[in-house]
Amino acid sequence: MGLTLAEKVWRDHVVRSEEGVPDLLYIDLHLIHEVTSPQAFEGLRVAGRSVRRPDLTLATEDHNVPTLDVDKPIADPISRTQVETLRANCAEFGVPIYPLGHAEQGIVHVVGPQLGLTQPGMTIVCGDSHTSTHGAFGALAFGIGTSEVEHVLATQTLPLKPFKTMAINVEGELPEGVTAKDVILAIIAKIGTGGGQGYVLEYRGEAIRNLSMEGRMTICNMSIEAGARAGMIAPDDTTFDYLKGRPRAPEGAEWDAAVEYWRSLATDDDAEFDAEVTLRADELTPFVTWGTNPGQGLPLAANVPVPGEIEDQTERESAEKALAYMGLEPGMPLRDIAIDTVFLGSCTNGRMEDLRAAADVIRGRRVADGVRMIVVPGSARVRLSAEAEGLDRVFLAAGAEWRGAGCSMCLAMNPDKLAPQERSASTSNRNFEGRQGPGGRTHLVSPQVAAATAVRGTLSAPADLDPLTPLAESA
Amino acid sequence: MEPFTSHTGVAAPLRASNVDTDQIIPAEFLKRITRTGFEDALFHAWRTDPDFVLNHPEYGRATVLVAGPDFGTGSSREHAVWALQSYGFRAVLSARFADIFRGNCGKAGVVAAVVSPEVVSRIWEYLEESPGAEVTIDLERCEVRFGDAAEPFEIDQHVRWRLLNGFDDISISLEHADEIGEYEAHRRPWLPVTVG
Repeated sequence: MGLTLAEKVWRDHVVRSEEGVPDLLYIDLHLIHEVTSPQAFEGLRVAGRSVRRPDLTLATEDHNVPTLDVDKPIADPISRTQVETLRANCAEFGVPIYPLGHAEQGIVHVVGPQLGLTQPGMTIVCGDSHTSTHGAFGALAFGIGTSEVEHVLATQTLPLKPFKTMAINVEGELPEGVTAKDVILAIIAKIGTGGGQGYVLEYRGEAIRNLSMEGRMTICNMSIEAGARAGMIAPDDTTFDYLKGRPRAPEGAEWDAAVEYWRSLATDDDAEFDAEVTLRADELTPFVTWGTNPGQGLPLAANVPVPGEIEDQTERESAEKALAYMGLEPGMPLRDIAIDTVFLGSCTNGRMEDLRAAADVIRGRRVADGVRMIVVPGSARVRLSAEAEGLDRVFLAAGAEWRGAGCSMCLAMNPDKLAPQERSASTSNRNFEGRQGPGGRTHLVSPQVAAATAVRGTLSAPADLDPLTPLAESA
Repeated sequence: MEPFTSHTGVAAPLRASNVDTDQIIPAEFLKRITRTGFEDALFHAWRTDPDFVLNHPEYGRATVLVAGPDFGTGSSREHAVWALQSYGFRAVLSARFADIFRGNCGKAGVVAAVVSPEVVSRIWEYLEESPGAEVTIDLERCEVRFGDAAEPFEIDQHVRWRLLNGFDDISISLEHADEIGEYEAHRRPWLPVTVG
């Protein structure tokens, strides 16, 4: 029997295998950041251990860095201490770091791919659950806890039990205006936040093949929201075109050898998955969340659910609790939900393609009165590229704020937060209670929906916008 | 790590599903650089509610948490496990755990025991009939005992072995340093490095 993509990558990284014991898996790339690494470095120090492969380790500052006044010392003393601790640890253990202010600083999951460090067939870990993003390249990439961060620093390996495999087939073509974000939100709503638990998801099918690398990263990024530790997409010409010429990608004869190997990674025709799910791409429409977990999502054209109509008791209670927290009336149209803040950014939707898509919607229009829109590029490099294209001016002209790079309001560890009961349309990945600030209310959306929502002030798709007048277009 | 064989303590019923790690510990507390001292952060938002289970005096000393399905979803923050430990919890029971959270429990020394949804419901009812009652998490027998009842629980056998013996993973892996070196010698030549 043939092998799946995930199984091929796994087998290629087994250092040792023994009956009844987890496999010891070699890790090709270890990304670290300020939040989940201090206790790991402290553990090394206490045990008198060193970092085995600093040359396969890369640090950047992302989770709690400010997005304003980035050239000044960090105002919050606790955040500053954590960032300074990362810098001191990297200096002590010889780990390369891109600090705040460096042109390569940014969200770890944006930095790895844009440098060409993320390549097909690799094993990649990071003390962050959205490490699944890198699976878009056909890498086996997953989030780990701090004890595992320490383990990888010390040994460059992890003891792991093999995952089960699940195929997610997205058949057919996506309709105009439907994005990767809508696809993954629909998948999570279908299989639930625990549906992928214990699995590596492999996204397959025509709609996935037709996505850009950036769209594929958006899909794989949110695998964790479906309960899966990793999501993968077989590498193809789209992958190779994206990688070629990037700073850390192979060159010359090594490039040719690498591509030949990468082509061999695709799931064999006779391979069997442990589970399989199929969605029709042509039935999908813009998708948004209404509740407090990422599985509580619906097409934008739908109404807020009526809990009394939900049969399953656990789901009904969960919906009741979510609607109370979100301050929503059962049965009201999702399009009538008024938004206070629009957040465009994060490792889910903070790359160039995302900013371009939102800019295309908002160009020549204005953010509605009473709404604030914050645009946070996923990395300093994305920010620089966007500014070179003039995207910053598009957002600023519309009345949005243009910020420095980082995780920002996705998890509100820095000063970018929602106030209690403030409501956001956010291109990030989690709508948990308080995720974007204590008492804050989050609706997860695509960049296009975020931009249209900013203009109308209520959850909206670009198709809901009035056509631009010639005068507005020239503005 | 201290070995875990069996633990008996007050159990708290947490009647909620999909308890994500942002609820267990909000991100604002992740700026700290220690592994201990997170007891104030545990379920921070919910503890402002007087009706929250841990605010009932009977459960103030709880060491076993009995939660609904999909406990520990979301972020990989091991701080969620440390916050439970800081508060005094030694074990969590649920019908389903998020993968990373369950792994973190095993590394940090908290028993994440999987039981059926029916058993969770029965323990909830038992605890609500006799608030402050103790339950026993017997890791040697993989059994949870409450009142007159005893039910099996599931836990990864390798994790169980490590917890019973108090072994830490890094020492075990470092015993295979030669094999790691052997693997490294044959890695594909084009694989990227982060320096130079």
